[in-house]
Amino acid sequence: MLDTVIPIAYALVSLALVLSLWRLLRGPDAPDRILGLDTLYVNTIALLVLLGIHLGNAIYFEAALLIAMMGFVGTVALCKYLLRGDIIE
Amino acid sequence: MIDILLSLLILTGAIFTFVGSLGLARLQDFYTRLHGPTKATTLGVGCLLVASAIYFSVRDEGISLHEVLVTLFLFITAPVSAHLLAKAALHLQVKSLAATPAAEPERDTSV
Repeated sequence: MLDTVIPIAYALVSLALVLSLWRLLRGPDAPDRILGLDTLYVNTIALLVLLGIHLGNAIYFEAALLIAMMGFVGTVALCKYLLRGDIIE
Repeated sequence: MIDILLSLLILTGAIFTFVGSLGLARLQDFYTRLHGPTKATTLGVGCLLVASAIYFSVRDEGISLHEVLVTLFLFITAPVSAHLLAKAALHLQVKSLAATPAAEPERDTSV
């Protein structure tokens, strides 16, 4: 049963990645682009977790954790830049 | 039995992730778009991480805690980044379909 569900999940998460990439490239304002980038990070975590289940290898979580942390720091830095024009005051 | 539970969790997670990004791509203005990724996508990834935790706990016959770490981190940071994004959008006065507060009132700016 897992063998049929995992490819479907791959397809759905990949579509989600494409949609957020579209918003990143198009998105009329700067906050839209930051939101697209943030969603890209979160979708990448989902894809890595799926890959971990599919290949039966737990090593991918280290990568997922790193992406989660770096993505959050990146989003906060970009938002601070928009709010203040400066990141570290 | 575990197989069915895992399949359900993975499918739910993937669908929620997809719906969140669909909302990001399709909704009308920034403030509505903010809802999709910050709520639906976070729940979807949470479902996937729970599925993964169950899978590795059953396979390796020991509780797998890596996923809990990622889940906790994601659930703590998603509202924070959403709040900052909304503040940035209000600051830049991004166009909204509904009426928004005119401008951010001048307050303590140390946040």
